[in-house]
Amino acid sequence: MSRLIFDKVIGDPMNRVDGRMKVTGAAKYSAEYALPGLVHGVIISSTIAKGRIKAIDSKAALSAPGVLAVISHENAIKVPGFADNEHPTEPPTGGQPLRAFYDNKVYSNGQPVAMVVADTLERARYAARLVKIQYNEDKHKTDFDTNKAQSVLPSQAKKNPKSPLADYTRGVKDGYKTAPVKLELEYIQPTEVHNPMELQAITAFWEAEDKLTVYDKVQGTKPTQQAFAKEWKLPVQNVRVISEFVGGAFGNGLHNWPHETAAIIAAKMLDRPIRLMLTREQMFFMVGYRPYTWQKIGIGASPDGKILGITHESIGQTSSYEEFTESTLQQTRMMYTSPNVSTVYRLLPLDVSTPIWMRGPGEATGAFALESAMDEIAFALNIDPVEFRLMNHTDTDPDKKLPWSTKYLKECIQTGAEKIGWKDRALKPGTVRSGEWLIGFGMGVGTFGAHRGAAAVRAKLMANGSILFQSAVTDIGPGTGTAMVQIASEHIGIPPEKITFQLGNSDFPQAPNQGGSAIVATVGSAVVAACTHIKEKLLTMAAASEKRFTGVKMEDVLFDKGELSLAKSPSVKMSYIDILKKQKLTELDIIQDSKPGEEGSKYSKYSFSVHFVKVMVHPVTGRVKVDKVVSCIDAGTIINKKTAANQIIGGVTGGIGMALQEAAVMDHRFGRYVTKDFADYHVPVHADVPKVEVYFTDKPDYIVDPMGTKGLGEIAIIGVAPAIANAVFNATGKRIRELPITPDKLI
Amino acid sequence: MNKKLPGTFIEKKQPDDSRRDFLKQSALLSGLSITPSIALKAANEHWDEKLAAAIEKTSLQLEINGVQQSLSVEPRVTLLDLLREQLNLTGTKKGCDYGQCGACTVHVNGKRILSCLTLAVMQDGQKVTTIEGLADGETLHPMQEAFIKHDGFQCGYCTPGQIMSAVACIREGHAESEDEIREYMSGNICRCGAYPNIVNAISEVKKGGKKV
Repeated sequence: MSRLIFDKVIGDPMNRVDGRMKVTGAAKYSAEYALPGLVHGVIISSTIAKGRIKAIDSKAALSAPGVLAVISHENAIKVPGFADNEHPTEPPTGGQPLRAFYDNKVYSNGQPVAMVVADTLERARYAARLVKIQYNEDKHKTDFDTNKAQSVLPSQAKKNPKSPLADYTRGVKDGYKTAPVKLELEYIQPTEVHNPMELQAITAFWEAEDKLTVYDKVQGTKPTQQAFAKEWKLPVQNVRVISEFVGGAFGNGLHNWPHETAAIIAAKMLDRPIRLMLTREQMFFMVGYRPYTWQKIGIGASPDGKILGITHESIGQTSSYEEFTESTLQQTRMMYTSPNVSTVYRLLPLDVSTPIWMRGPGEATGAFALESAMDEIAFALNIDPVEFRLMNHTDTDPDKKLPWSTKYLKECIQTGAEKIGWKDRALKPGTVRSGEWLIGFGMGVGTFGAHRGAAAVRAKLMANGSILFQSAVTDIGPGTGTAMVQIASEHIGIPPEKITFQLGNSDFPQAPNQGGSAIVATVGSAVVAACTHIKEKLLTMAAASEKRFTGVKMEDVLFDKGELSLAKSPSVKMSYIDILKKQKLTELDIIQDSKPGEEGSKYSKYSFSVHFVKVMVHPVTGRVKVDKVVSCIDAGTIINKKTAANQIIGGVTGGIGMALQEAAVMDHRFGRYVTKDFADYHVPVHADVPKVEVYFTDKPDYIVDPMGTKGLGEIAIIGVAPAIANAVFNATGKRIRELPITPDKLI
Repeated sequence: MNKKLPGTFIEKKQPDDSRRDFLKQSALLSGLSITPSIALKAANEHWDEKLAAAIEKTSLQLEINGVQQSLSVEPRVTLLDLLREQLNLTGTKKGCDYGQCGACTVHVNGKRILSCLTLAVMQDGQKVTTIEGLADGETLHPMQEAFIKHDGFQCGYCTPGQIMSAVACIREGHAESEDEIREYMSGNICRCGAYPNIVNAISEVKKGGKKV
């Protein structure tokens, strides 16, 4: 395995292509475009969780200096798509999203109910405080625990019994119950909020009556373009979405939210560009979150350590108007050799806003339960948890009954154990000390589907030998542009400094949302296909002026350093510049699409990770300090080891927050969060994050895509929280099954 | 750009004019909330704008990134919003507005402050340095170079604040060890989680010994 220390990397840890823009403040995010006549919006959110708006008194606000409008359901122009039965901005998994300023109904505390627009931010913010809203309040349900019995099967599963969300049994239902050693365990994942550092923001303006442009903080410019085209009943090409830089998202840009439509309404009504940036408080209830989830695991094994059955149940919170679902239980079906597996997935609709996938999404929640339960039963069996996992390792997918495309999890586990110093771990908890600190080791496995979708890219070879690529894809932080330049460089034979990759604009060719760890596989494959297309054209053109290239096959030609040459006689060569010149071309411009073939369906495709953690727990104060993390990653080919390692470190950091700090706490008397800023809702800071050692198998998986990549953004966090919980148990003997593991739970 | 749409009532003008137009016209249009006659009178006679001009704004001298600026701002305008919204210096980021995230860190007279917790008028006569003013022309500051080399960021949004804080951290003498760096950089949140790389970048600049 290749160790990731930057001066020792194998492969190319190229600096980011947009690094200079990011360190100089030149990178422009959605609220940073200066447009003539720009005005500012401030959203007013409801103060009740359920009911109707009785009256809106905006007189004082309207007479405040600089105020241009107070917009609400009382006066908002009708969004044409709202008249349809289905809301056009389709929800990710079911139901009907909230329609901004549509009627007087309130579905959750914090719902946008009005917006003040003024010439300056200060004036808009002040006037927003002058708007008085009266409500007719209905009784609300926001408390998960007291309403848990009302959970329901997702409608997707009701319609289709073969849906992955439907109840599942392999072997005997609840087979764990007859095992000689068995445990039944309940786990709680509290509501967690993405909280990217950039506040959700949009700058919207109508270039013409039927032409909309938005600078929007989203994870996909094309999906957003489609959504707004439907919402406003416009031809798709009349909507332009620009998201050149996205200040983090972690999933909350995978849905179009009501504030975006509110800004577009205001821009239309005022015929002005409008800038709207949510407040940090609004980030807690307007743009999704990881849903509060209850899980129960029944697990049974033979005394010699063979898993005989696992039953995994999950109930996740959703809103009353949208069915948000995620893949919490998938890994339980495929991770271990158990002959009997049952899964049961339910939703609990409450009077809250809609959740959305948050990094690692359901799999991270599910892994907390599954990987904690694995540790618990290993302890009950008196077997080392590393050994226990290796004993139950599976070389084919027991769920789909297919071979893995690639799987190097065993190697990852063995390397991780060695690098963390697992040999120093005591099987008996609470027995290792360093000074006054208790020391513990834990591990957790993560997995996520290795997906590849369809995409297209434009490639434009210039007369000077440089090449430009364009894709609508966004880069929310992983370094997409950098990875694409590297892929292109290798496949077109042009050095990186002569390659430009433009992204984040819906005018560019099709790309899906940046999410689900699928972008390198999806867009990277399109880049490879575009390079192949260009190379074929170059060879054909070369043959027109140089006979020795006539009839030569592609595989007999080298493309390197901006030249093509015969593999067998390299002195026969032509530069790309000369080929274009001889053809009297100023550029060679193509658009190439790409999608996965049939071959992949014969395999089960997953990325794998294992995280090893050493913690120190202070027995008197209950403070947990993560002392060291080792993450071993089976994600196929690594395109850029520097940015890839950074992704893993970031996922581990997110996992530290999930395990030890993050929980959005609601006061159910009002259905409102009491944690609404970083003083109350803690996220990891510098002092919380130790050195993270990252190891990549770096073994290609050509079944997933031509580069051999499998995706790594999600597996970076999946399995981290249970690794920490297991380490805390090993240090203290205390098993915490409700996250986060705060000091009060340990003392 | 002028067009007849329901609820559309403003021609493209300067912001101060447009509100008065709105007030005048809104009495004729039923599109928006009813404007009381007193407000209409006030608007017609430009009371609010006169009042604002007379008492709401105050003059302010700031040297920003080496350029002397004579400004007129409302006292409630934060240094952060002045930079971002009025001077288009958007390199300084807004992440919380409560002084809890560090994204808005700038230097005033060489020391780090949170520009969201600072009213612009409080800094009258001071020297402000933002991320846009850190490099020496085209030559990046060593800390900017180190952030690129060590990949001390992902999305880039907290980065200007991290870099301004990192420079100050060394100047303050709080970068003597990795633990000390972690402690004194803990006011700057990076949600992408690039912390270990940021610590590496700061350590390297510190060890390099160049004046920062």
